[in-house]
Amino acid sequence: MTKAQKTIGVLIPLALLLAVVVWTFFYLIRWPPTVEASTRSAGVVDITAQTVGSIGTGNHPTWVSYLVRDSSGVWVHTTTLQVPANSTVHMTIYQFDSGSSLRNPVMNQVLGAPDATLDGKPYSLWTDTIGHTFTIPELGLSVPMPGISATAANPCSVAPCALSYDHHTVQFTFKTFGATVYTWQCFVPCGLGYLAGFGGPMSTFGYMNGVLKVVA
Amino acid sequence: MSPASSPSNVNRFHLTRILVVWLVLSLILTPLVYFVWGPNMPPGDMANNAKDQQFDNTVLSTVATPVVLFIWVYLGYALIFFRRKDASDEEDGPPIKGHLGFQVGWVGLTTVIVLSLFVFGTYELVGPNGAGTGSGSSPIWTPAGYSGVAKYNKLFQVQVIGQQWRWTFRYPAYQGVETTQLVIPEGVQIQFNTTSLDVIHSFWAYELGVKADAVPGVNNIAFAVAERPGTFQIRCAELCGPLHGAMSSVGVVVSPTAFNTWIAGQLVLHGEVIPLLPPYAPTYLPQSDGGLYDPGQDPLGPDLTLPSPAP
Repeated sequence: MTKAQKTIGVLIPLALLLAVVVWTFFYLIRWPPTVEASTRSAGVVDITAQTVGSIGTGNHPTWVSYLVRDSSGVWVHTTTLQVPANSTVHMTIYQFDSGSSLRNPVMNQVLGAPDATLDGKPYSLWTDTIGHTFTIPELGLSVPMPGISATAANPCSVAPCALSYDHHTVQFTFKTFGATVYTWQCFVPCGLGYLAGFGGPMSTFGYMNGVLKVVA
Repeated sequence: MSPASSPSNVNRFHLTRILVVWLVLSLILTPLVYFVWGPNMPPGDMANNAKDQQFDNTVLSTVATPVVLFIWVYLGYALIFFRRKDASDEEDGPPIKGHLGFQVGWVGLTTVIVLSLFVFGTYELVGPNGAGTGSGSSPIWTPAGYSGVAKYNKLFQVQVIGQQWRWTFRYPAYQGVETTQLVIPEGVQIQFNTTSLDVIHSFWAYELGVKADAVPGVNNIAFAVAERPGTFQIRCAELCGPLHGAMSSVGVVVSPTAFNTWIAGQLVLHGEVIPLLPPYAPTYLPQSDGGLYDPGQDPLGPDLTLPSPAP
């Protein structure tokens, strides 16, 4: 074996190893894209999201997920939200998923959002099955999303779901303070088939938990 | 070789200088550690447990100070005086000989120190207030008024429930209301009953000096008396999933009067959901479908009698 062959024999495996390391690094630091809230007026912004029973695409097409609508009206598969500091955030969440029991009934109630509405009606507690919650523990905010009926005539099966499909509309507002990053999550153990219902989509950013970036 | 420059005299000379420097530094720094640093050591003095832990940290640091100083002084002295000054000098140093008295003294002194700390640590772990640790459902140390039978227990009960990824708190004496914030009255012996609905968490109320694992199916009991109003950090001290780091909140110690006002407000705020909660129990078990939690089984048997102490 010539010296050149030996060199190539060493360099090629090293290059492959390097490629694997680089790919793994960038795979691990992937982060769902950020969607900025759209501005309604000074200090008032809107976020529109939807929950779906299965995202239908990507590595986990069967996982439940949130999607967020960006300023151009496109539904983005992400849970990374960005809002301005010291603002009022109007949330609208279209709930297309069916429901199940909450592990902890404390989360059956609306907390931290006294103006919450469900399909346009005042809303403080839901005692039937719940699809998901939108909860920011640090803000004391938690809003359950009632599941659509198991006998719904027109359920959505492919995300993103159009409003023509059966859904609930949950609206509420909350206020932000200084610049920081909050984590938010769903508290319904909807990671079916995973440990305690809290694995899979419940443990993966971009599906049932994410961050709320509050920027100055 | 003159007697003055014999190896034994040289060694005695160095040892004397090291001991003098060490003694002077120890006499200065050891009291400073105890009297100046000690009162500022973690976790502070908000609760009886915290005070005890601060005292433990102070005592251990005080005992360790002369030991650490001796190592540093010896190391520094060796670097300055025992280094090879002449690079061409390759002669061996003086031979090392055993010294029975020194060896016996060294082993004896370190044995006394280590055994003393062992006795002190063991007593402190069990004795004063249970050291703020979760000691299972049958704690070794219990305060006056404690009983394993709920209806005879006179302590103020707070149940700490861990779940991915937040803490909630039940007050069995107040209709079993479950809150998302921990508020306790000052000057009252609190019994924290810690459990989990899913995986293992660890309830760490830092300034209270309380840390108790929250284990599914286990009622882990810890005690504390908060001695002044204020806030304390609550953390999860057991890696429990991707949002483990965010599983935190702030607890509050208030006067008994303010507590009564607060709990009355919580009963109103959570009034609608109280009927949906499972009956108060030492532990809870999730249903097989991963849904609503149910009263579980305690090693002592389920005891659903609600105690009724008021601060």
